[in-house]
Amino acid sequence: MAIAILIAALAGATLALFFQPRWWFPEAISAHARAYDAHFLVTLCVIGCIFVFAQGLLAWVIFRYRDRGQAVTGSDGNNTLEIAWTSATAVIFLGLALAGQGIWAGVHLEGSDPRALKVEVLAKQFAWSYRYAGADGAFGRVDVKQIDDAGGNSFGIDAKDPKGKDDLTAAVLRVPVGRPVELHLKSRDVIHNFFVRELRLKQDVVPGMTIPLRFTATKTGTYEVPCSELCGLGHHQMRSSLVVMTEEDYAAWLAEAQQKVVLP
Amino acid sequence: MTLFSTDHKVIGKQYIGLALFSVFLGMLLSLVMRFHLVHPDTKVRLFQMLWPEGAPGGQMTPELYLSLMTMHGTIMVFFVLTTAPQSGFGNYFLPLQIGAHDMAFPVLNMLSFWTTALSLGTLLLAFVVEGGAPLSGWTAYPPLSGLGKITGPGQGLGQDLWILSIALFCVASLMGAINIIVTVIELRAPGMGYFDMPLTCWGWFVTALISLFAFAVLLPGGVLLLLDRVAGTSFFIPGGLIVNDQVQGRSGGSPLLFQHLFWFFGHPEVYIAILPGMGVISTVLSVFSGKKVFGYKAMTVAMLAIGGLGFVVWGHHMFISGMSPYSSIAFSVLTMAVGVPSAVKTFNWLATLWGGRLRFTAAMHYALGFVSLFITGGITGLVLGQPGLDIYFHDTYFVVAHFHLIMGVAAVFAIWAALHYWFPKMYGRFLNERLGKIHFFLTFVGVYAVFVPLHFAGFVGNPRRYPDFKEYEFLKSVTGLHMGVTHAAYFLAAVQLIFLFNYFWSKRRGAVAPGNPWGATTREWTDD
Repeated sequence: MAIAILIAALAGATLALFFQPRWWFPEAISAHARAYDAHFLVTLCVIGCIFVFAQGLLAWVIFRYRDRGQAVTGSDGNNTLEIAWTSATAVIFLGLALAGQGIWAGVHLEGSDPRALKVEVLAKQFAWSYRYAGADGAFGRVDVKQIDDAGGNSFGIDAKDPKGKDDLTAAVLRVPVGRPVELHLKSRDVIHNFFVRELRLKQDVVPGMTIPLRFTATKTGTYEVPCSELCGLGHHQMRSSLVVMTEEDYAAWLAEAQQKVVLP
Repeated sequence: MTLFSTDHKVIGKQYIGLALFSVFLGMLLSLVMRFHLVHPDTKVRLFQMLWPEGAPGGQMTPELYLSLMTMHGTIMVFFVLTTAPQSGFGNYFLPLQIGAHDMAFPVLNMLSFWTTALSLGTLLLAFVVEGGAPLSGWTAYPPLSGLGKITGPGQGLGQDLWILSIALFCVASLMGAINIIVTVIELRAPGMGYFDMPLTCWGWFVTALISLFAFAVLLPGGVLLLLDRVAGTSFFIPGGLIVNDQVQGRSGGSPLLFQHLFWFFGHPEVYIAILPGMGVISTVLSVFSGKKVFGYKAMTVAMLAIGGLGFVVWGHHMFISGMSPYSSIAFSVLTMAVGVPSAVKTFNWLATLWGGRLRFTAAMHYALGFVSLFITGGITGLVLGQPGLDIYFHDTYFVVAHFHLIMGVAAVFAIWAALHYWFPKMYGRFLNERLGKIHFFLTFVGVYAVFVPLHFAGFVGNPRRYPDFKEYEFLKSVTGLHMGVTHAAYFLAAVQLIFLFNYFWSKRRGAVAPGNPWGATTREWTDD
């Protein structure tokens, strides 16, 4: 009896928490992020209904059939019921799975956009660096032996490769608003994870692999990038930023940064 | 009761004792973690006494926090959730329920318990060796776990001991699984067909089958990882690594290969923890409703479906790992499919209650609480099972909330239901019913208060496995939430003393129980 009330109360309190605005997703800053939020809302409504139905039924059954000396009446099996609830859940669950594939496909299954700004992302314990191809639009060769973190050459850009002369490296990821961006994620040591909450994107950065990640940010601002795969004792401090700029600001930054490129 | 007994009842109690020790140790570790998360700068003399290296001057280092986290997860998953429901209660009650005199291989049974104990000892040793316990989490992903001390303190000898412990645990679990499988196949009483077995026995049987295939993959995974560490092989280590400014002369290995091996075990492990509990819950709900289990056949088919499908969904732990995005689609559909038999079980439990006459014993309270928690914890699987949605929630507190509810707390509620239900058989006395119900109510409120809010930290994007949240602007918004959760955790831990007292007091002083106190129909109460 008391447990029926408690189950109903806890389910109600759980449900009520979903109507508070304080702890929720941050603002969505891309078409993908908005599609994400829309599909999440659909999923949330479906599971919310299942939750209320199941907990409510549980509480009601406990209340209704509490021991009042009544005779036991229920049956111990019914194939029609079994088939009905098995197919109903199968339809709902698989329907959700299929409905959600669109946002996944949007992130990972669409090909490279030729207009995309390509940026190389390098993760290491416990910092991020970003490399832009520079004016020639081509990345220079890298050479492990030329890596020099203190000297500003974390990527190990080969001094002998002319394509690398204008390569630009930075500690913050700056991109122009509205332009497709294609990141090439690499790690030097252990597995890290690149996560931008506002883009609703998260991708492991795995040593030995180059993993592409594409997005188009539609709102300017500065967004935090927290490492989201355990990478060692500095994991919680492995922070970076994504700065989405207007085309003009981005062009101005790029021109200025380009002038400062000191070649190794 | 001799230490190296081959009697299944004694071994069952030994397993339960080991799990009881482990669960309180694991809980204490989680309390220290919860404290540190909300008071990251507070110096505590006790920490310095316990971990002079990890907490100099009482100030906890990040590596200490991460090692506590690793040990908490490892202890809870292996030595509590895998040990008590399957090896503990399974050992004690499976032979009794199918009318066997003992397990098929009593000596092997004794050996599997002592191998488990040795495994636990090996793990705990990691706390006191140089560098302390490993910090790579219970999942121990290489290269972090594969390169030795260079990746962090605790990644030296501590990580070696961790791998050794897991390997020993695999061996113990394989021995236990073989024993249960053979016992069920060979030693059922004359005339007892497979579909005459109580659902508890089905739970243990299917779990043993899962264990056989899952631990048989984790074991070589662990061995290969150890070889990468001590023999210079490169199963999981790719070429061209530079760690801590030192070039690693390895090549050709794949970090993702380890994840595949680990989760091929790791996901079925969830069912290893929960299936025996599902059997117990079916029994307890049926006995205290005064009815047979609704849809016995459907329940067994659901267990088999969970066991089978459980082996083809491991990739949902790897949606964002860098594996092919196409395989994510397959894993997603299969993952949503494995939710169906779980939902079927829930419906059958509700139908078992329907039309019954419910007796609210303490065991019944835990069983009903289990159903509620199973719904709450299970339903978020419908979010995480979709790669498109997991792409935000992966490795956030949303996941922490999900698996603690479904795999941790629900399974532990099943253990409490089993203990209250079978205590009279095990010790001839009742666990105190009133204390049991008080403990249930406080604990039930406590677990909702701890784990429901953590979902919302996940909405904010709060990454898990962070020793503190000071570095990020966006995490300032969850300070209050974590403070509330930590206090709820203190409360939840404190009320476990009621259970502890009840357990030890009732063993000696509890009300004496008659032969079949609950009016059950299974053999353990009627035979002797």
